[in-house]
Amino acid sequence: MPWTKIYSNKEEFEKAAAGSTLRGITYKEAILEATSRMLEQDKSVFVIGEGVDDAGGVFGTTKNLHLKFGKDRVMDSPLAENGITGIAIGAAISGMRPILVHMRVDFLPLTLDQIINHAAKWHYMFGGKLSVPLVVRAIIGRGWGSAAQHSQSLPSLFTNIPGLRVLMPATPYDAKGLLRAAVYDGNPVIIIEHRWLYDHMGHVPEDDYTVPIGKGIVRREGKDATVVGISYMAYEAMRAAEALSKEGIETEVIDPRTVKPLDMGLIIESVKKTGRLVIADTGWKECSVGAEIVARIMEESCGILKAPVVRVNLPETPTPASPALEKAYYPGVDHIISAVKKTIQK
Amino acid sequence: MKEDLLKYGLSTLTKTLLIDLFASMLRIRMFEDKIIELYPEQEMKCPVHLCIGQEAIAAGVCLNLRKEDYVFSNHRGHGHTLAKGTAMKPLMAEFYGKITGCSKGKGGSMHILDIENGILGTSAIVGGGIPMGVGASLASVMKGEERVTVIFFGDGASEEGVFYESFNFAALKKLPVVFVCENNFYATNSHQSARQASCKISSTAAPFDSHGTCVDGNDVLSVYKAAQEAISRARRGAGPSLIEAKTYRWKGHVGPEEDFEKGCRPKEELLYWKEKCPVSIFREFIVSRQIITENEIESISAGIREELDEAVRFAKESPYPEASELHKDVYFGTRD
Ligand SMILES: Cc1ncc(C[n+]2csc(CCOP(=O)(O)OP(=O)(O)O)c2C)c(N)n1
Ligand SMILES: [Mg+2]
Repeated sequence: MPWTKIYSNKEEFEKAAAGSTLRGITYKEAILEATSRMLEQDKSVFVIGEGVDDAGGVFGTTKNLHLKFGKDRVMDSPLAENGITGIAIGAAISGMRPILVHMRVDFLPLTLDQIINHAAKWHYMFGGKLSVPLVVRAIIGRGWGSAAQHSQSLPSLFTNIPGLRVLMPATPYDAKGLLRAAVYDGNPVIIIEHRWLYDHMGHVPEDDYTVPIGKGIVRREGKDATVVGISYMAYEAMRAAEALSKEGIETEVIDPRTVKPLDMGLIIESVKKTGRLVIADTGWKECSVGAEIVARIMEESCGILKAPVVRVNLPETPTPASPALEKAYYPGVDHIISAVKKTIQK
Repeated sequence: MKEDLLKYGLSTLTKTLLIDLFASMLRIRMFEDKIIELYPEQEMKCPVHLCIGQEAIAAGVCLNLRKEDYVFSNHRGHGHTLAKGTAMKPLMAEFYGKITGCSKGKGGSMHILDIENGILGTSAIVGGGIPMGVGASLASVMKGEERVTVIFFGDGASEEGVFYESFNFAALKKLPVVFVCENNFYATNSHQSARQASCKISSTAAPFDSHGTCVDGNDVLSVYKAAQEAISRARRGAGPSLIEAKTYRWKGHVGPEEDFEKGCRPKEELLYWKEKCPVSIFREFIVSRQIITENEIESISAGIREELDEAVRFAKESPYPEASELHKDVYFGTRD
């Protein structure tokens, strides 16, 4: 299937698509397209966020939408993250489907009261009589000295909360399909995107479609070890798998796509086959999505592991600014390669 | 009588409306009194934040509203929702934790819902409901509806950052919102003067180029008048207003007891405010002006008593939720 594929760059996609009519667009264009289609089709959808109507359009993901749909539906917002989140929730419980956009994940901590105490609770606390069809998009930054307050992933702040969904799409196909799924899910959904994915190219059908929330995907099959690669780390995992393959090690790469709910069935199936597991995540290790995956394997099928799990995470420090330190900070393909080798040697 | 009403700028107020204002306050008072009576049975297993002493604000504001208008409220929300037209049965059943409660027993007394009457859920996080009310108002404007949204909150909530964020947004978009701050001078046991640099909450509106006013929250006609003006401003697209209504809660922050004995507040203060009881002052006002007779009042009370008794019976006889309800309603669309 062309949409299960992951391409590191434009050339790679073009090579793969050569001779076919497959349409390729970038991750950011996929988000823009999904948003534009929903704004066009559904009066209840609107976009709100700081700078959504500026020239750049949140790295291109909302670019020029205000010209097409007006500033009342593609609405610039005051710098008042918690208040705006509450406003979006209020609109959601009264019949709208807001898409609230943050340039950085790091701004989400300001919204935790409204997300955790309100959005996540409103359906349950009132006996299921109201729903909160709210989508919050936020972007992980990385590099060029982004430093400690412009580079965090933070999914675990939300995966701990019943009532929320957390999506981390890695490909353009999933970025489009999951955004649409999120808007029509009827629950508060946090979508964590990675800035480094924005220019990645992939096959994206022009038509509307949704990607099911809670379904992961096998990006590459293999029998020797399983690597779960989350968000941008799915790419690093693919590169690692390619390199390992040249050494005769066949790695299965799983992209969970959504981290709450997590497709544990898919992961466990794979680990049953390989007996070895590496988890590569864009965030820190303690109480992370990786920690949850490991715990669930222990609870549900602890006998399937032939070797200890190895996790590839950020070091337990805030993000440094200096390029020298950034280089030391971010794990990548090499870390995944050594992690896989470590599980296999055991 | 005409002259008295003229003083309030309310000369066109009908006799029926005057009686409705009284009946609404009385209904709140009797509801809260009923809770005080029943609470020691310990069958109502949830915290209760009573609004005795503050009834004029709920009644004076809500009687200006239409059924479809939204009301957002807080932990001290019984009065607001009753004044907006909520029936006692689903409220009482909720307080008793029963499946027939307005929130199916999942909310308790701090989380009231009555969609039909425009109550889309109340938050017990101080200030938490304020942006949601603004958002609901934004939605109604986007949908071309004519609704007004009233947001009730306390003096304590006026200190939360989210209040300013929300007010700014409502003013920026000229949303039809009326912010009603019930200033009862206390947030739990802490006095306003210990918390606020300037105790002029109503002046918060000015920097947002909006209208702010401070009224005697124990005088139902003053509240009614201020709300009428604010709501008409909202309906004609002139944006949000802020009403600060000064009042006093008679009972402790939570629970049915008075709190001066615990040393929370001076007794003289309570006695002073009891003299200013909004229900008896207005009762005296309409009786002395022959708007209503004692007999008519008795028959209103009897009606309320009947509604209350029925609500209590309903609440007590209703079943608790099955344990299987625990896992339901976490996510929309799945009942999982
Ligand atoms: C964010 C938050 N902080 C603190 C509390 C604890 N708390 C509950 S009610 C309350 C006082 C609120 O005072 P006010 O807003 O004046 O309302 P009142 O109780 O006087 O009606 C406090 C501090 C809370 N529920 N939420
Ligand atoms: Mg108070």
